[in-house]
Amino acid sequence: MSAAAPRFGTAQVLFGLAVGILVIFVAVPVLLIFFNAFWVNGAFNVADVLKVLRQKDTYEALLNSLVLASGVTVTGTIVGTFFAWLVTRTDLPFKGAMKVLFLVPFMLPSFIGALAWKMLLSPRSGYINRFFQEVLGFDGPVFDIYTYGGIIGVETMYLFPFVFIQVCGALERMDPTLEESARISGADLFTITRRITIPLVLPSILSGALLIMLYSMAHFGTVAVLGIEAGIYNIPTLIYEKIHQSAGSFDSIRTGTVLATVLVVTAAFILWLQNRVLSRGRYQIIAGKSFRPTELKLRGLRYPLLAFCLAYIAFTIVLPTVTIFLVGGLKTYGLPLAAENFTWGNYRHILFEWQLTRDAIWNSITLGLAAALITMFAGVIISYVIVKMKVRGKGILEFLGMLPFSVPGSVIALGVILAWSGKFGVNLYNTVWIILVAYIARYMAFSLKANSAALEQVHDSLVEAARASGATMWQALRDVVVPLVRPGMLAAFFLIFLPALRELTVSVLLYGPTSRTIGVAIYTLNEDGETVYSAALAGIALVIIVTGEVVIKRFFKTASGS
Amino acid sequence: MAGVRIEGLAKAYGDHRVHTGLDLEVVPGQCFTLLGPSGCGKTVLMRLIAGFEAVDAGRILIGERVVADGASGVHVPPDERGIGMVFQDYAVWPHMTVFDNVAYPLRIGRVAAAELAERTRAAVEQVGLAGLEARLPSQLSGGQQQRVALARALVSRPELLLLDEPLNNLDANLREEMRFEIKALQERLGITVLYVTHDQEIALAIADRMAVMDASGRPRQSGTPAELFDRPADDFVFRFLGIANFLEVRRVDGSLRLADGRTPWAGPAPDRPGDRLAVGFRPGDVVASRGGEGLPGVVRRASFLGAQVDYLVEVAGTTIRAAVDSGRAFREGRVLAEGEDCRLAFLGVQWFDAGVLDAGAA
Repeated sequence: MSAAAPRFGTAQVLFGLAVGILVIFVAVPVLLIFFNAFWVNGAFNVADVLKVLRQKDTYEALLNSLVLASGVTVTGTIVGTFFAWLVTRTDLPFKGAMKVLFLVPFMLPSFIGALAWKMLLSPRSGYINRFFQEVLGFDGPVFDIYTYGGIIGVETMYLFPFVFIQVCGALERMDPTLEESARISGADLFTITRRITIPLVLPSILSGALLIMLYSMAHFGTVAVLGIEAGIYNIPTLIYEKIHQSAGSFDSIRTGTVLATVLVVTAAFILWLQNRVLSRGRYQIIAGKSFRPTELKLRGLRYPLLAFCLAYIAFTIVLPTVTIFLVGGLKTYGLPLAAENFTWGNYRHILFEWQLTRDAIWNSITLGLAAALITMFAGVIISYVIVKMKVRGKGILEFLGMLPFSVPGSVIALGVILAWSGKFGVNLYNTVWIILVAYIARYMAFSLKANSAALEQVHDSLVEAARASGATMWQALRDVVVPLVRPGMLAAFFLIFLPALRELTVSVLLYGPTSRTIGVAIYTLNEDGETVYSAALAGIALVIIVTGEVVIKRFFKTASGS
Repeated sequence: MAGVRIEGLAKAYGDHRVHTGLDLEVVPGQCFTLLGPSGCGKTVLMRLIAGFEAVDAGRILIGERVVADGASGVHVPPDERGIGMVFQDYAVWPHMTVFDNVAYPLRIGRVAAAELAERTRAAVEQVGLAGLEARLPSQLSGGQQQRVALARALVSRPELLLLDEPLNNLDANLREEMRFEIKALQERLGITVLYVTHDQEIALAIADRMAVMDASGRPRQSGTPAELFDRPADDFVFRFLGIANFLEVRRVDGSLRLADGRTPWAGPAPDRPGDRLAVGFRPGDVVASRGGEGLPGVVRRASFLGAQVDYLVEVAGTTIRAAVDSGRAFREGRVLAEGEDCRLAFLGVQWFDAGVLDAGAA
């Protein structure tokens, strides 16, 4: 055995800190969920779990999650792959601009989109339905958004970029000589696409599709806005329903934990599948450089396809956004969208007068900042230990580090309720602090990803060179590691801050009377029938989010340019 | 100026024993080269001396100070060992200018601003980078980055400079140039240098003393480069320091014959008893000529390499390499063609036990 006594130095402090953070914020909540699901009256009990799963609303929710997620995955993958091919491999006009536009849905919170579509397509009062009835003379409502099809359609609009990004990347990185050599061998373009291109990008398509699946399975907002009306529940919305209606009774918590367990297992399975797909596909697209691939000449279809793309963007991005702002400006919901019915009053009321919405905006911004800062620093410490340090017991840490990736938001929320409601001495229930704790767990994955990527670029010898120059561990961290991973830390900060601003899934399970977030406020106002205020707040949220995105993009561009 | 003494050092990673009971001594003020095949643990040894790894057993002394001791658990951290180190991949900090890189050890050592500027400038000048102080490493060539690393390692006037294959990533010309510069710097500054490499040419050129390690981390021989080259302790050292030819020589009825049992050995007499021996020699030790005295052979391949002609010669069923200085070969009309018969004379040979023949051509 090593005779050199391990000193209690920097390494041990960092390791302890890393394990501590992950255990307290991530592992304990998740373990409590499993514990509560399988442990009844001090005994391991599977029969009871099965009983919960056999209840009608439970298995229906499971089935719904599956059906909705599968539907969104299929449509999102088709849409994403098609547009990705269009902007990388054809001579479509304005390809660069189109590519940026197709990424816009990523910025927009999908529950706000769902809200807009509800305003447009709800059978009773949707503007489009009314237009069809009042102007075109249809007898009844033509469209019904409160259906599986409606939910799948809306989720597709916001989730297809997962596939779009992956496939664009693969098609751009793909070495064109692979296709050219097929061409020389006598294959025509159709054969090349079928035999060479598609097999080569298939891992990217699949990996993007699995991301859509993962996201959709655990997605709360759209289903909550559009499904509950028609009695369509998925796992996260049923958890919400159970927790909220029965105000934390034991049975509802138990049902929640069982559902959450199913969600975690499914998510872990999907992630495992995605990892396998990616690792198998890694060798296929070797070139890291950007090439100019051969483009398909669209000829006569060039402008019709451009028109189609623009129409798609107008329909899925512009129309809902405009609807939100217009409805937010209406004196009363249901009035025709005519000039005399508009007022700035709603926006003024929300921003300057109403305590509830002002609290919500304040809460979201402070929560976002706090969560981003804390998680950024925690993430850099944990990543450092995982990527750089040689300590005993690192395997545990690597496992713990994987956890945040596979724990969906509603599971985290349920977990922190179990952990921080006073059972263990600390009661944060109904305060903003419980949301903060949940955000840290929820966004740890982003921080770990960004920071490990940055740290992997920092070669060990850079730190060792500092130590050999006489620097202590802390000095080496301060002078070498931190400056070099600063871009990764910044990226982590914004990767957390922006989504946290519009977060709904977690906070909707945790909010109290004074701890609403923007997302919660929009959602509850809508539930309470305050549609115009809900839309106005959503409009303000959109302005904050888009401004944030643009400022940060600009900032990163100048930072990387210098 | 401090020497290094390593006593009974052991280091293992799990079941993989890198070093067991290693002893080594580096004389103060000398350049000591540690030569060994990749994976022999020479980098591990370097890291143990620098303090990036802890010893399992044994002691490391830098000067008179024990910096690592397995028995008492002493482990002086790298920053307190007073060393300078240059890494294989330079490890120049990409976010600092040349000046800041070189000045860093002084900053950490809280050297006053004026002295810091002066010493940094001097160190930068020493490695021939004057005028490039404000550049970032990304604006430098590989050779220049390595010079920055060297200046950084020297600026705090360390007692001991550790160089871990610092020239590996440079191209051949630069490697040769840097090799001389490092040697010149070491002599001028009079510091102790421990240089680790698997490149025998660098090792021989730069070392005052050197040691050859085998793949299992055991030092086979140490001494001056000339000693090791001229009087290798065993066939491993012999093989490692250049191209090695071996022929089997048998004693048959009191006379020496090659492996075929017929051809008589026509070279220096063996220095050891035994019925079966191996004679080793370098391509340059062979004089190949047309006719005359010597061991008969057939030229199987002749490659003109510029300064030298390289022959592959078959002797009694074994092929050996012979190198002949082109100029002399031309002047003396001794350029041999493929398929030609020739005679081989030997300027110097090493005798080994026949077992080395089975060790295979390394």
